[in-house]
Amino acid sequence: MHRTTGRSAIFAGLAIASVALLTACGTTSAGGGGGEEATELGDYEGSVSILAWPGYVEDGSNDPTVDWVSAFEDETGCQVTSKTYGTSDEAFTLMKTGDYDVVAASGDASLRLVASGEVAPVNTDLLKNYDGIFDFLKMKSWNSVDGVSYGIPHGYGANLLMYNTDVFTTPPTSWDVVFDKSSEYAGKVTAYDSPIYIADAAVYLMAHNPELGIENPYALDETQLAAAVDLLKAQRANVGEYWSDYLKEIQAFETGDSVVGTTWQVIQNSVTTGNTDVVLPEEGTTGWSDTWMISSQAKSPNCAYAWLDYIASPEANAQATAYFGEAPSSQAACDFRDDCESYHAGDADYASKIWYWSTPIADCLDGRTDVECTDYSAWTTAWSEIKG
Amino acid sequence: MASSPSIERAVVPRPRETTARKISVFLSQHARVRLAFLLSAPLFWLGLVYIVALVSLLITAFWSVDSFTGEVSTQFTLDNVITVVTGSLYQAVTLRTVGVALLVTIVDIVIALPIAFFMAKVAGPRLQRILVIAVLMPLWASYLVKAYAWRSVLSQGGIFEWLVRPFGGESPGYGLPATIITLAYLWLPYVILPIYAGLERVPNSLLEASSDLGAKTGRTLRTIVLPMLWPAIIAGSIFSFSLSLGDYITVNIVGGANQLLGNLVYTNVGAANNLPLAAAIALIPIGIMIVYLTAARRTGALENL
Repeated sequence: MHRTTGRSAIFAGLAIASVALLTACGTTSAGGGGGEEATELGDYEGSVSILAWPGYVEDGSNDPTVDWVSAFEDETGCQVTSKTYGTSDEAFTLMKTGDYDVVAASGDASLRLVASGEVAPVNTDLLKNYDGIFDFLKMKSWNSVDGVSYGIPHGYGANLLMYNTDVFTTPPTSWDVVFDKSSEYAGKVTAYDSPIYIADAAVYLMAHNPELGIENPYALDETQLAAAVDLLKAQRANVGEYWSDYLKEIQAFETGDSVVGTTWQVIQNSVTTGNTDVVLPEEGTTGWSDTWMISSQAKSPNCAYAWLDYIASPEANAQATAYFGEAPSSQAACDFRDDCESYHAGDADYASKIWYWSTPIADCLDGRTDVECTDYSAWTTAWSEIKG
Repeated sequence: MASSPSIERAVVPRPRETTARKISVFLSQHARVRLAFLLSAPLFWLGLVYIVALVSLLITAFWSVDSFTGEVSTQFTLDNVITVVTGSLYQAVTLRTVGVALLVTIVDIVIALPIAFFMAKVAGPRLQRILVIAVLMPLWASYLVKAYAWRSVLSQGGIFEWLVRPFGGESPGYGLPATIITLAYLWLPYVILPIYAGLERVPNSLLEASSDLGAKTGRTLRTIVLPMLWPAIIAGSIFSFSLSLGDYITVNIVGGANQLLGNLVYTNVGAANNLPLAAAIALIPIGIMIVYLTAARRTGALENL
């Protein structure tokens, strides 16, 4: 009897302790603005910590020939520590720790970072390389809020339609080969494995079902989302596999397990069998445009500004974007690259066909006020249901 | 020499009163304190790793998350659990996951039984050792390497297709069959080893006696070997069943467009940043395993382990 009470006391104690612990570290209050923008720069702090997509911050440790960090360190004396992340959501969670001075965020994370006060406004007057950046990348909905800039553009790319040239004797010009006509390629269609892919279906519906009234693929009300979900559920029957790891898609196209589907330019460049090609379909497409942002809790704001300026400088930007496989942010960077053409860098017409990733939020991004839009969590739920 | 034996007292020098000595004396006199010290390290570990982790999982399932800022709100709500229990998506995925785990377990047992029997009862000591090493060998390679190897084996124009094409067969492609094949391969050592150990404990004399009394092979296996082996089979099945239940990497690599419970947890932690819903989904496999273990206990298998 005595022993039992002793043991249950231990358990009760543990349970209470764990509850207390969890409640204590459960939530931190979210600020609104995210600090003031800097008006002038001071001395370098000697170090800067950076959170970025893989391949954005290379110091030669992965490949000795790929290194644009050392030059920055020599120039400014700011020692760089970097961490990479795999998804925008991981970046969002990591930024909440406050351990990073700088983050490279895609459009599906940047607005959330601003809203939760994790990043501070960026005074672009302090960045001398800001002027050279393509105008169609500046002050967009994914890198500014209410006319305040929250970062400097890095690089951009489009989600393209890749097809196997053995199967397609005439190149497709429309996304219909993965949607309405996908049954012809049943089991060999591939698609990007993320809720944000719903926007690809919305882009298709914008062109083919104008009566739905979709103005922006990231601003879908209930009916519009339902239509996109129906389209994707029909596609699901013919999908061989979804991809999120780009190496997986390269292999699937090389073996012929996938013959048509959405892709990135870098994947087309990496396929070795030579029987694939890519096209930007007539409906337009989705894409990404990444932004370097500064944490509102940055411990080294001066080094952070120095990094933003450095990574936007033509040579560093050319190295970084070429390594990742996307278009650079300025024309001058193309002087340091020989493949700008294949990425259509600076082609404003091409860029205008791209709907850059943005976080879907309840306040419709297209400006509608009479209806509430579906937010990212609704998209996530819908995506799970589509996959079934 | 009739002198009385001199009684010599062996004088043990009194040990010096060091601090260590004092502690040691104290501990030897207080059994409960000694026990407390001995147990505190493992109990702390157990508490931290299992109890706290499980309790926090349980509690998180009753929280919710702000969809835009991604902050977890610690308000108690049953929404997640209700969603998971009543949602048709979760029911379908649960059924699929359990189906895959059951099939993997059956395939593994069917393959493991003859192999283990050969290892334990037929092979000589030398061959036996070689076979044990051979069974363990795949465990030296990384899980990912093996899963990706199956991806290339099962791909179009892969080895599998090359093998079965002459007989008019074709590769199952990526999908649930590929998932079952790969998982069955991955967990096979975990099923063979307990069954092999179980068979080692079946005395040869019993088999000989059975045969002396006129029982044929089938009858000996059914009435002598199988009842004694049952706990080992259950032990092996617990490994393959529980490991399959939580897997999400293999199905990502060879499962085509399919998703299992693990994938739902993964997307909710990662892509959706919805920890509470992920916790609620994670309760399903825990529930299934509790039912499974209770059922295994009922058969008396766990006592004989």
